[in-house]
Formats: sequence, C-alpha cells, structure tokens
Amino acid sequence: MNTTTFRTDQEFFFDPQRCIGCHACEMACAECETNGQTAMIHVDYVNRFLTTQTSVQVCMHCEDPVCAKVCPADAITKDEFGIVHSANTARCIACSNCVQACPFGVPKKVEPLDLMMKCNMCYDRTSAGKKPMCATVCPSGALYYGTREQMGRIRPNSTPVNTFRFGQQLVKTKVNIMMPKGATELVVDSE
Amino acid sequence: MATLPIPAEAVIAQFGPSLNFPPAQGYPGRDEPDEVVKTHCCFCGMQCGIKLLVKENRIVGFEPWEEFPFNEGRLCPKGVQRYLQNNHPDRLSDPLERVEGRGFLPMGWEAAFERSVSEIQRIQARYGKDAFAMLSGVSLTNEKSYLVGKFARVALKTRNLDYNGRLCMVSAGAGNKKAFGLDRGSNNYSDLAQAEVILICGTNISETFPTLTHWIWQARDNGARLIVVDPRLTPIARTADLHLPIRPGRDSALYGAILHQLIRHDWLDHDFIANHTSGFEEARKAVEPYDLAWAERTTGIAKEKILRAAEWWGPARTSFLLHARGIEHQSKGVENVLACINLVLATGRIGKPYCGYATITGQGNGQGGREHGHKCDQLPGNRDIENPEHRRYISSVWGIDEQELPGRGLTAYEIMEAIHRGEIKGLISICFNPLVSLPNNNMIREALEKLEFYVCIDFFLNETARHANLILPGSLHEEEEGTVTTAEGRVVRIRKAVNPPGNARSDTSILLEMARRLGAGKHFNYHSAEEIFNELRLASKGGTADYFGITYKKIEDNMGVFWPCPSEDHPGTPRLWEDRKFKTPDGRAHFHGVPYREPAETTDPEYPMILTTGRVVSQYLSGTQTRRIGKLVEQYPEPLLEIHPRTAAQYGIKDRELVRVLTRRGSAEFPAQLVETIREDTVFVPYHWPGRKSVNQLTSGHLDPVSKIPEFKVCACRLEPLGRPAPPAEETNAYASA
Repeated sequence: MNTTTFRTDQEFFFDPQRCIGCHACEMACAECETNGQTAMIHVDYVNRFLTTQTSVQVCMHCEDPVCAKVCPADAITKDEFGIVHSANTARCIACSNCVQACPFGVPKKVEPLDLMMKCNMCYDRTSAGKKPMCATVCPSGALYYGTREQMGRIRPNSTPVNTFRFGQQLVKTKVNIMMPKGATELVVDSE
Repeated sequence: MATLPIPAEAVIAQFGPSLNFPPAQGYPGRDEPDEVVKTHCCFCGMQCGIKLLVKENRIVGFEPWEEFPFNEGRLCPKGVQRYLQNNHPDRLSDPLERVEGRGFLPMGWEAAFERSVSEIQRIQARYGKDAFAMLSGVSLTNEKSYLVGKFARVALKTRNLDYNGRLCMVSAGAGNKKAFGLDRGSNNYSDLAQAEVILICGTNISETFPTLTHWIWQARDNGARLIVVDPRLTPIARTADLHLPIRPGRDSALYGAILHQLIRHDWLDHDFIANHTSGFEEARKAVEPYDLAWAERTTGIAKEKILRAAEWWGPARTSFLLHARGIEHQSKGVENVLACINLVLATGRIGKPYCGYATITGQGNGQGGREHGHKCDQLPGNRDIENPEHRRYISSVWGIDEQELPGRGLTAYEIMEAIHRGEIKGLISICFNPLVSLPNNNMIREALEKLEFYVCIDFFLNETARHANLILPGSLHEEEEGTVTTAEGRVVRIRKAVNPPGNARSDTSILLEMARRLGAGKHFNYHSAEEIFNELRLASKGGTADYFGITYKKIEDNMGVFWPCPSEDHPGTPRLWEDRKFKTPDGRAHFHGVPYREPAETTDPEYPMILTTGRVVSQYLSGTQTRRIGKLVEQYPEPLLEIHPRTAAQYGIKDRELVRVLTRRGSAEFPAQLVETIREDTVFVPYHWPGRKSVNQLTSGHLDPVSKIPEFKVCACRLEPLGRPAPPAEETNAYASA
C-alpha cells in the first residue's frame, strides 16, 4: 500500500455535542467499497424520550489499543502512523474479545461475515492525502479532520483532548474529542 | 375521468415506490469513472456542491466537492444518497397511457404528443383557454422554470399556471416585497460568522438544511448567542442558548411583543429609522398593547424568556434573523414575516457586515423558480403580471402582442378547488406531487378524479401521476444543463452528467415539442439551455431580480454569481442594501403595523389539540425521490405522532401504540412517539408519506390572504387511542402506502 502521502499533521477531532443526528457520516462511510455498505461509524439517540441529543462514536485509534492486546489471533495491528486497523480477515476468529474489551464500544462483530470490523480512518483516502469520508461530509462540525492549528483557529473556545480516564485505566488516543477550553482529560468513570 | 385505472396497490407493484440500495461492493466503475461532474445536490435550497462519478452513462457514486464555497464538501444524508435516484428500477422510460382495467401501458412519443395536444385543444375550444391549467415545480432549473412560464402563457395561453413554491416561500416573498421591494435573502450565509445574536424563527435547520448548521456553529464558536423559536426542541433548538417553545400559530404575537420591549427600552436605531424607513409609527401603535403578560398568555412562552430574547436582540451590535416554513406556512404567514422584519429594521442591523436577514428558501430552485417562471402573478425578473409596463416589456422579449399575454391566474390550491368545482377541466403538471404535498388531500383526490384530461411530466410515477391519462417520462436534475439560484441568491451551474434512459426525454425537449404542436413553435426556437438562459437574462433585465450580467462562463469561473447583476462587468451582490437604496417606491424600507390575529382554526372541546407538521432529515418534500432510496427510508421508515408524555398519559397512550388523529377534514392513524421535546398542547407528524399515511389528509386548506400559502403548521385535532401497538414499520411499508 502506498503510504507516502499520509499526512501526519492531520488529526481527527470529534464533538458529540454537535451531532445533529442526521446520519450523513454513516451513509458516507458505508459508501466505501472496503466496508461493503456497512457503516463503521455509529450515530444513536442518547435518550429520545428526553431529548433530541444524538451521539456519534468512531474508533479512537488508541495509542495502546486494548482491542489488539486481547486479540488471541494477533489479527489487529497498529501501523507506523498510529492507525489501528480492522482485523485481518485471514486471522480473525470472531471471538469478540475486542468487542468486549474496547472502552469506547467501537468494534462490532459483523454477524453474516463472522468478522470483526471497525474504522481504519479511511486508510484508502487518508493515505492518499484526502480526508476521511465521515469528517468530510459532516454538516455540523461534529466530525473534523485537519491540523491542530486549523482546529484552534476554528474553535477558539475549545480544547482537543485525547486522554480518557475509565476508573483506574488511562487511555490515550490518536483521535481527539473537543472539550471546553483548558480541559486536559475526560473522566468517563471516576469510580 | 382521472380515477385510477386499476387499484393503487397494483400500480405500486409495477411502478413503485420501490427501494434502491447500492450493491455491497458499490457500482462497477466507481474507482475509474469516465467523468467526474461538478454539480449540485438535487434537493433543498442550499444546493450543496457535489461531484458525481459517471461510468457508461450511469451515476455510480459521488465525491465531496470541497472547493465549493458554501458547503466545502459537507453534505446531509440525502446528498450522500442522492445519486441513487439515477438508474432506479422505478424510472419511467416510455410514455404511458392510462387504460381502464389494465393500468398504464407504454406508447410511442408521436401518439403521446398527438393525444396531449388534441385534448388540450378540445378542452380549450369547449371551455375556454383558462379551463386548462398547468402546475409546475421548483426542482426545475431556471431555464426550465422560465420555459414553463413562457410555455403556459404563450403556447397554452392559460392564465392558470402556478407551482409548488406556493407551498414553500411565497409568504416570505410577499413580505420581502412589501418591506424591501425585492424578494431575496438580504445576506449570504457567511454574514452569520460574526453575528452576536442569531434568531431562528420556525426553521428546523439541522433537519431541513443540515449544511447550514456549520455556519450557525461558526458564529457560536465566535461567541454568538443562539435563540430558536419552535414548538419542538429540534436538534438545533437543543443547542440553543434560549429556546422559545411557541404555541403553533402565535408567531406574530411573539415578534410584536419583542418589538414592544425594544421600544420600551429604547433599543432602537433612531437614525436608521428616521433616514431609511417608513411606517414605524404604525408598527409601534400595533404593538402598544402587547406587554409581556399578554405575550405569555398568547404564545405560551414564559415572559422571562421573551424578555431575555429582547434583551439579547435589542442592544446587539451585529445579528442575523432567519425564518422559514414554521412562520410562513400559516394563514398569516406574510404578517409573521413582516413582524420579523420589523425587528430587523427597528435595530437598523441590515446592509452591513454580519447584520443579516433572510428567509431560508426550501426547494432546490425555490429562489430562481419564483423569479422567472411559473408563479401565477409574476413574469421574469420578478415582474408583476398586472403591471402594464412589465407586461409590455416581457411581451416584447417574447415577440407577442401584450393583449395576448394572459393575466394573473389562480394559485396552486385554488387551481385544485377550481378543478373540484368543475371550472378547470384539464391539467398538465411537471415536477409536482400535490396529492402528497397539498393540504386537505381528500379534496385534492376528488378534484383529480374530476379532470377530463390530465397529462403529467415526471421521471417517476408519483402518487398524483396515478390519476393521469398520460405520463410523459422527463429528466432528472443530472440529465440537463442549466442553472439554479440557491437560497442565498447565488446563481450556480447544474451540469448534465448522463442522458435520460430508454425513451425518456429531457423536460425541455418535451415542452418545446408541445409548444411547436400547439402552434407556437416560432417562439420556442432554442438549441441549448444556454440559449434559454440568455433569453432569461434579457427578460430579467431591469427587473428587481436582474440576471442580465450573469453568463454561464461567469458562473463557472466564480463558482456562482449573486443577483442582482445588471451588467457583465458587475461582480454580483452577495449582500443587499449596503447602499440603503431599497427597491420600494419611496426608496425606504417599510415597517408594517402587524396587529395579532388567531390562526384560522383554533382548538375547541371537539378538537382540543393543535396539530402541526414538518419534515425529517432523511426525506425531502413529497418523497417522490427520497421514498425510493433504501437507506433514507430505513432511517425514518414511517410517520410518527410526536406527543408529550403528560398528554399521552391523559389519553392513556403508550409509546408505539396506534393513535387515530381526526380533524374536520379526515382521519389517519400513526404510532405514538412519546417525547418531552414537544409542547403539551401540540402533536407533530411529518408529511412526506402518501395515501393512508399522509398527514395532509388532516391539514387545513385555509390560505394566507396575500400569499395564498396553506396553513400546514396549525390546525385543531382530536386524538383517539386505539389501545394496541402499531405493527413494526417494516410491515407497514409507509413509503409505498396506498
């Protein structure tokens, strides 16, 4: 695979607060031929009874990916650019360890194929200097792909954060979440 | 005689709607397209730029067009899936003839044209020219809109031409003409970016214009406060600094009460009012009694919130007010618009950077279509069909005697009423599905059944077309060259990417051939879309919507040109009124006195609830296109009745249980969706679905006296819980309901 044009200065930023629940990201993601019309990004209502708030979840591309650590078949790999790739189809045994282990709930076992599938940050596009499909089409800025400087200019009152605390577990990711200015980490569960 | 030739279910089985899904591995050739065509989405007034991938006369996919200045690659789910309307199994590829008991059978073009023309001539000879009406739509390009306007007046010679923009932005158009003397959003959307306050009035932006959300957020990133007026907590209202959950139909009361506060606290631009406006005294007098207590009682919004809105709007240095169908789809739509404009004029925040005001035109070419074509009271350039000077000018461009030019005709809903009364006997339609999109559609169905002859031009056999005697297969957005004018007033280029399939023809060629056969061929001698556009430029010259200086090349070189653009060396006008020269007769912007009045139908013991209607993000208008695209249908498969849990508890309604909704016009059953995001006195149903699933069986045909827009947004209803759960959506197949 030609990776010479992968731009390491480009990062992925997401802000679930800005999600308007339109599903354009899912539709665009599914258009990619490697996904076979299955979206690797997911939009859901938080609680439709109470609110129109939706949230979007995309693979966070962890620095030390738990999904890869728990894979008994060594099917999940992280490359030199920090992209955590979908399970290698020749190796994946569909055990669902990764599905259980991911703190963000990202990997899904795709039943008819009996394979784990997850976002690889549109490797076919990003490795050719383009943006991922979801972040290109997102109409509300819930998903953005660009440099840290561009993001700083666009959103002067927010700070990208890529450190998450799940109880005792500290997770660092390649993907950033947008937080109020000055935030340093997102504490998901302080118990 | 335009009843269905066979049961609706049998027509649906043959002609759809059926759902189109892309193959799992995508369409072949997507990675190596023959051509990448830079054009625009076929749906809403944002007209987002998009690149279509073409392989062997087939649209096989899309790519974001990141250079186009408005949307920079951003798209909504409809835009992402828009290419699937192409190569659709339901696509019509031959003229079809209604045969009693057998359905719709293919026929040749020669016979189809001959029959159409002989029926038009028969009906007009027997009942008069105006007994044959035409209904059109603003999914059509500027060129086709212009052509339809000329075709109806010069070839059909009928005054009864109107269009589906009558259900869209006519209240805004009428209000803007009264206040500014010109009908266009005053600013382009980049003026949102540094607005201190944004007031969004009756527009569900994130579902109906999703790509506009970016510009609102950009302002908020720069510190803007967002105020949203809507009976529901829509996705954009959820994020607002202030949500004013208004009782449907009470909008002018709210804006009157805010003006009252602006005056009381002297948050006024006295210089602007004195030097550039008229009518302030009338406006002031009208709102004198509208104190906060009255406003709270009338609008159902807490008075503290109304006051806070006034406190934010009043002293701001920059601001942008946006409104859409929520305030316009009312029997006082024009008054609501004028009450909003009063707030803009009182603070003098217009015609300056980041000081904006605009309606958000809904349909793809809602803006250009109404300026140049098929509105019953207008001629090209946004001219008045009853103004002798305007009539003379257009007659000279068209090469006809002014006496031959018909006058003002009936509006869309009135045309249907006239058919129902038996005054109009024949109909030709293009790009309009009134059986789904007009209110009170049981009456519409009865009207269609009374027609002696109905010929429909469309690319799919939509619900209305099932009542036609003849269906002529026309062209999709991506099958003809042309231009459209976006909601911002930006004229952009639509590109032909593929040819119509089979024996389908371009809409233009169908209209030109009909005109020739009706004996008007010498007036319709065009060889390209550009030739039609060049005539449109001339016809618009000197009108308020002046396109004379806009050429295809200029549009292509600049990715769009904003009208007015009176000469070829003129750069276009992204922001209006910087010169303070308003287009009204006295050159001033006009305030209007807007005394409050109730909606046409209010609740009573028999019909105690308010019914309001609107859209969902995955569907577009009457759904002729989007109810045929699989993933868009799956995203929101059937219309749901949004109801507040406390109201539902009073009726004993549980989530997903079927509820019968009754109004004075009809009844329909919908599954309940219990949500705290709606007012307790109001229920909401989206309107994209046909037949038994159409909420427009219930809506009222009350019209605004000026704009003649129907009151879709307010009527009185009664709820009858059926006490049983609704079947799963996949069993109901609402997208193809008979």
